[in-house]
Amino acid sequence: MKRYTWNALLVRYPALFALILLLVAILINFILQPNLFAGDNLNSNMRVFLPIILLTVGQAVVILGGGIDISVGAIVSIINAVLATRVGLSGSPQAMWQYMAAALLMGVLAGALNGFCVAYLRLQPIITTYATSFLYGGLALFILPNPGGGIPASIVEIYRNSTPIGLPLAFFVIAIVLGIWLYLRSTRYGNFLYAVGGKAQAAYETAVPVTWVQFSTYVISGLMAAFSGIAITMLSGAGNAEIGAAMTLNSITAVVIGGTALSGGVGGVAGPMMGAITLGLFQNIVSFAHINTWWETLVKALIIVAALATPGIINLFRRRT
Amino acid sequence: MKRFTISPPVAALLLAVVLFLLSGLLPNGYGSNVKVAIAQATNILRLAVFLGVIAAGQTLVIISGSEGIDLSAGAVVTLTAILTYIYVAGANEKVFVALLISLAVGAAIGFLNGAGITFLKISPFVMTLGMAGVVTGAVIILNHGNVQGKVAPIMTRLIARPLSPSIPIPNALIIWLIFGILIWLLLERTTFGKHLFAIGVNRVTAKLSGVNVNGMNLATYALAGALAGFGGFLVVGNTGVVLIQLGQPFLFPSIAAVAVGGTLLSGGKGSYWGTMAGAIVLTLITSLLTTMQMPDSVRRMVLGATLLVLISIYGRQKALRQ
Repeated sequence: MKRYTWNALLVRYPALFALILLLVAILINFILQPNLFAGDNLNSNMRVFLPIILLTVGQAVVILGGGIDISVGAIVSIINAVLATRVGLSGSPQAMWQYMAAALLMGVLAGALNGFCVAYLRLQPIITTYATSFLYGGLALFILPNPGGGIPASIVEIYRNSTPIGLPLAFFVIAIVLGIWLYLRSTRYGNFLYAVGGKAQAAYETAVPVTWVQFSTYVISGLMAAFSGIAITMLSGAGNAEIGAAMTLNSITAVVIGGTALSGGVGGVAGPMMGAITLGLFQNIVSFAHINTWWETLVKALIIVAALATPGIINLFRRRT
Repeated sequence: MKRFTISPPVAALLLAVVLFLLSGLLPNGYGSNVKVAIAQATNILRLAVFLGVIAAGQTLVIISGSEGIDLSAGAVVTLTAILTYIYVAGANEKVFVALLISLAVGAAIGFLNGAGITFLKISPFVMTLGMAGVVTGAVIILNHGNVQGKVAPIMTRLIARPLSPSIPIPNALIIWLIFGILIWLLLERTTFGKHLFAIGVNRVTAKLSGVNVNGMNLATYALAGALAGFGGFLVVGNTGVVLIQLGQPFLFPSIAAVAVGGTLLSGGKGSYWGTMAGAIVLTLITSLLTTMQMPDSVRRMVLGATLLVLISIYGRQKALRQ
C-alpha cells in the first residue's frame, strides 16, 4: 500500500489545508451557534459570504497567473456607488438590471486598465494596482461623497431571501462559478494560466501568449469584482463608497489560506473559495464570542495576519523535520 | 554625442518649482505678491517635512527590493503620535523619553514585519497591510473614543515654530536637513547602506558575496518602522492634536514620493535626496488641490494617476523578448 505523507498530500491537493481549516471553523462556529445549519441561518450566512467569495475567485485567477490585484476592493466600491446613485431607493427593477449590465462592463474596463498596465506596459502588478486602487477609490468617492442612496427593497429581497429548491441562492452561484472554473481549467487557457504563473519567461519561450493571458486575468478579476459589488449592494441595499476598502486584504488572505501560493502557478480556485468561507466563519466566531467592540478590529486583524502566517509557519516546521 | 539626461531628484525639484510658479496663476493664488509667495513656499516646505520623514523608511524598504514596501507606516505614525500625546501630557521633561518610546515602538512593529517577510515568506505588501490592520486595532483600543493628553510646549517650539521671530525658517526644516544628511550618510557611507543596495539589486549574489540577507531584511524593516515612529512624533508635535486617522493620509504619498524621487520600485537604486524632492512635489500637489477646493475624492484620483504615470516612466520591467 502506498503511504502518503502530509507533505505529499499538500503538494498534490493544495486545497487540503483549506478544507481542514474550513471544517474546524464550521465546528467552532457550530458549537457557538448550534442552529448554524437551520435553513434561515444558513442562508443569512451564505448571502453575507457571497460577495467576498466572488471577489476571491477573481483574485485567485490573477494570483495563479503570477500577479496580484490590489484594486478589487476599489472596483467593488465603484459598482456600489454607481448602483446606489443611479438606480436609487425608489428605482424600477428595469433600471437595476440595466445598471447591473453597465456595472459588469465597468468592472471589465477597470480590469482591462490594470491588465494593460501590467501585461502590455510591463509595470509591477502590486504597485500598479495599488495606484489604480486610489484612482478607482477616488472615483467611487467622487460619485458618492457621503454614504446614502440605495437600491429598491424588492431587489434586496430577491437576493436575500430567494431559496430555490430550499437551498440558499449563494450555493447556486458558487456552483455555477465553480463549474465555469473547472471547465476553464480543462481548456488550453487553463494550462496557459498555470504556465504563465509558474514561470512567465519559460511560458513565453514555449509560445504561450503570456501578455494576453496576463491581461485576461485582470479582466476576469475586474469582472468578478463587479459581480461582488453587485452582490454586496444587493445585500446591503445601501450605498457607501468605502464599502470595498477592507475587502481587498480579505480576498488575498482567502487565496493564501486556500492553498494558492502568492508566487503564482500553484493551487486553484476551489481552495480560495473555501478560504473565503473560512474567513467569514471566523468573523462570525468573533461576533459570537462577545468580544468587546473596542477589541474587534484588533482581533479581526490578528486573525488575518495569523491566517497569512500559517502556511509560512508550516513551511518552517517542514524544513526542520 | 552624449544624451542629455537629468537625474530624477533634480527633475523632481524642477517639477516642484514649475508647479509652484503655476500655482501663482490660480484665482486664489499668490499672484504677483512676492512676500506671500515666499510665505507660501516656506509653508509647503514645512509641511513636506512630515511626509519626507515618513517616506525615509519607505525609501529604505523599497531600495531593499523583493517588492519591499511598508504599508504599515501610516498606522505606525498614528500609534506613536497617540502614545507621545498620552505619555508627554504637556510635560517638557518627558519629551525625550517619548521620542525613545516612539522609535522603539516603531522599530518593534517594523521588526515583526521583517520577521514575517523574512522567515514566514509572506509578501511584504500583504504582511505590512495586515500589520497596518493590527496597529489600527491597537490604536482603536488605546484611543477608546477620546484620549487624554497634551503635547509639551517644547515640542511645539522645536517643531511647529520658526527658528526665531526674525528668521522665518521653520525649525522642522532644519530638523529635516539634519535628518536628510544622516540618512544620506547611512545609505552612502556605511556598510549597512552598501549591503542594502546589494540586496536590492540581487539577493542571491548579495548572499554569495557574504551579505547577511536575512539580517539586513530584518534590520531594514525595523529601521523603517522606527523612522515612521519618528514621523509620528514629529506630526503630533506639529498638529498638537491626535486623530485616529492622523497617519493614514501620509501612506500613499510616501510611496509616491519615493517613486517621484527616482528610486526604483523594484529596488537596488535610489536616494533619499530624491525622496525629499518627491515629498515636496507631493505636498505641493496636495496643497494645490486643496487651494483649488477639490474634494478628497479628486485628490485621491490625482495621486493615483500621478503614481501610475510615474511608474510607467521609471517602473517598466524588462520585456519578455530579449
